[in-house]
Amino acid sequence: MIEIIVFGVVFVVALGSSLAMLFAKNAVHAALFLVATQIALALAFLLEGGQFIAAIQIIVYAGAIMVLFLFVIMLLGVDKKEPLIEPLTGQRPLAIGLGAVLAAEMLWVAWRGIEFAAGGGDAAGRLVDTNQDPGNVLAVARVLFSKYLLPFEATSVMLVVAIVGVMVLARRMGMTTPGEVAAGAGEESDLASPGGGATG
Amino acid sequence: MRVAPEYYLSLAGLMFVIGVVGALIRRNAIVIFMFVELMLNAVNLAFVTFARMWGHVDGQVLVFFVLVVAAAEVVVGLAIILLISRNRGSSDVDDVNLLRW
Repeated sequence: MIEIIVFGVVFVVALGSSLAMLFAKNAVHAALFLVATQIALALAFLLEGGQFIAAIQIIVYAGAIMVLFLFVIMLLGVDKKEPLIEPLTGQRPLAIGLGAVLAAEMLWVAWRGIEFAAGGGDAAGRLVDTNQDPGNVLAVARVLFSKYLLPFEATSVMLVVAIVGVMVLARRMGMTTPGEVAAGAGEESDLASPGGGATG
Repeated sequence: MRVAPEYYLSLAGLMFVIGVVGALIRRNAIVIFMFVELMLNAVNLAFVTFARMWGHVDGQVLVFFVLVVAAAEVVVGLAIILLISRNRGSSDVDDVNLLRW
């Protein structure tokens, strides 16, 4: 009974704040609605027995990633409104029509295709407790560090590649040529670059 | 009494559709990126629901991987958006038409 009530709240909050995201004119408001959606989803993960995933969802998604989004929004300026004119005529109604078709497909798959996925049996009867080990974290760790060890190591390589890529992309100053350093070797560049002080 | 997985999958599907529509109709590159995150979140919910249906914990491990990939993607994508708006003065996706003739 309590699961039905909590799921109802999660359903309303998640769908409502994603729809509000769609209509939010301000990018900061859209980011805050996305945070609300993610917290509601963390609650849904808790309902389904994924305690580890729920904690990670709040820490990484609602915490780290959304703070990064807000940083970039602040960096680019928040007061820019989106123009209402459409460069592509008819794109908006076409997108909404496509979305309606896609929603119908998704609901059909969720209510009909699930019987096929469950082997023709009653899907709700197949709900199993995933936490046979003592605790969800231990269960996830057992699978993650045995069956999925190679993908896990590959993600670490991917994170290093992402860090290096962002550092290459985002550098603006610092990589000055010697000519620029010599030209700017005035009052402050002595502090900024030791090489400039030596040449000037 | 437990909620049937169809309800969770419906929620995931509807959120995914909202993400698709938002990514199609919005113009700001950062907001489009947020809708991509919304789609990834919807897929995560479907993964966890399937994990509970089959009684495996593998679906939750896949959610973990989706999270790591999403984090890396957001970092690189936001750096690219930052560079574009620094060079062109706006983060509107319709302003980036250098390859158009």
